[in-house]
Amino acid sequence: MSFPSTTEIYHVAKLARLTLTDAEVERLAPELASIIGVIDLLKEVDTKNVILTAQNTGLTNVLREDTLRSPSPSPDALLSCSPLPLVQHQIQTPSAHG
Amino acid sequence: MLSALTITEAHEKLRKKEISTEELVRACIDRIEAVDGILNAVVHRNFERAVEEAKMVDATGEFSSPLTGIPYLTKDVFCEEGVPTTACSNILRGKTYIPPFDSTTTKRLKTCGAISLGKVNTDEFTMGCSTETSCHGVTRNPWDTTRVAGGSSGGSAVAVSSNECLFALGTDTGGSIRQPAGFCGCTGLRPTYGRTSRYGVMSMASSLDTIGPLCKTVEDIAIVMEAISGKDPLDATTGNVPVPMYRQTLKSAMKGLRIGLPKEYFIDGMSDDVERAVREAANVFASLGAIVSEISLPMTKYGVATYYVLVPCEVSSNMARYDGIRYGHTVENPESLLDYYERVRSDGFGPEVKRRIMIGTFALSAGYYDAYYRQAQKVRILIARDFEEAFQKVDAIISPVSPTPAFTIGAHEGDPVAMYLEDIFMCPQPMAGIPALSLPCGFSKSGLPIGLQIMGPQWEDGRVLKIGHAFEQATEWHERKVAI
Repeated sequence: MSFPSTTEIYHVAKLARLTLTDAEVERLAPELASIIGVIDLLKEVDTKNVILTAQNTGLTNVLREDTLRSPSPSPDALLSCSPLPLVQHQIQTPSAHG
Repeated sequence: MLSALTITEAHEKLRKKEISTEELVRACIDRIEAVDGILNAVVHRNFERAVEEAKMVDATGEFSSPLTGIPYLTKDVFCEEGVPTTACSNILRGKTYIPPFDSTTTKRLKTCGAISLGKVNTDEFTMGCSTETSCHGVTRNPWDTTRVAGGSSGGSAVAVSSNECLFALGTDTGGSIRQPAGFCGCTGLRPTYGRTSRYGVMSMASSLDTIGPLCKTVEDIAIVMEAISGKDPLDATTGNVPVPMYRQTLKSAMKGLRIGLPKEYFIDGMSDDVERAVREAANVFASLGAIVSEISLPMTKYGVATYYVLVPCEVSSNMARYDGIRYGHTVENPESLLDYYERVRSDGFGPEVKRRIMIGTFALSAGYYDAYYRQAQKVRILIARDFEEAFQKVDAIISPVSPTPAFTIGAHEGDPVAMYLEDIFMCPQPMAGIPALSLPCGFSKSGLPIGLQIMGPQWEDGRVLKIGHAFEQATEWHERKVAI
């Protein structure tokens, strides 16, 4: 595997919503290659008979009682954290269409 | 020095009215002002509010909880209503994030009357093991200020070991409580996953993150754990397992307890001082009546690789929320929404966060998902099975925390893999969700603390504390004080 080629790094950055400078890409290329070298160790492990799980607590389908709760913190308190302008209790974001 | 008291000692003095809460809080504030210019552990000072709260506690004069009136510091990822919380990242500093709510853990401590003094340094979003990736700069080790404090809870460990507070809160995903505790000569517990609530704590890797205390003694850890543990409706991953009175279990006998020493945790390249200290610790347990034997955890060598797939994958997902819309950094005149996201994130995140987002996005992308993420999830189960099988034969496992004492600031600059390998003995336990305690078990020839790790089965946090307490009673390592 030739990862990470410069093209692939730019592609992954785009997926991750990051803009990398040429200097960052130059620095990242050998770093990512060495990290991938470490994680490639996992390929030698025989996992044919292992059933997949994403957790280790044994908990499944944790649900709470379907009772109404007052919102805490208040919507206005949460909105006030935004660095963007507020219009009628909504955050005004840059246009998705440019 | 009042700030050097343990929680137990301070509670006794407060209860007998030998000292006031205000005196205790002011002693910590004075200490922070005297030494933090050198150490750089405290990144946000909440002193005025702390003094006000102390006066209120004194006015009531009741110390019903051992934590009433006890001053503490919190890692900068725990949300506290009205207190700036930035994960030591520029992405939450553009417009400084001031949470409008409390994390469950700080809320529970507030209910006990504990007093928050402010926020301590961490690697950015807890990503690192040296506190060097913080936007506030490195925290220095009080035993040797040219060395790192460890991380990511480096600020917490330094604050406790240099007596800036009586205890501190940290988080541990792959060693972030245990390693700095080991490097700084204090005691820290990574609890069983799901024992403490993660609600209101900024996530790094949600399936592995845990919340725990750093203290001066194991007894103090037990006190804090009694206050912060238990089911939380706001964190669905907390277990509905009763919380024991941890302090009551501390004093039970060690005789006949089976302790395993895993051979895979003694590797080439580790410091002689560390190996000697841990083997001597094993002898201490034997002298207390425990049966110590060598065991094997053959999957240990895959711990770091599994960790550095799963964590970046979860990071790439968790960091997606920092998009400049609801909180934090912003930029002017974006060309479009996409341009806004990219510029906010590229400006706001530091190099280690970007590195992990890149690795995680890569490992989850089409064509690589099965080879990396899916495979790592399966290896994770095999690592957990290793521990399950070991705990059939022994009651607890002991090992070094780190292969070496604290390293020099900048030692791993430009070499992320060398940095990741610092966590080699601390990556496997999170895969199994088991508790692990870090406590001082000696000093290197150059005078740096060495940490001992004690692991137990899932939900047996009390057993781990009991063993740690027995060790502490038989040794004096935890009593050695920093000169600063």
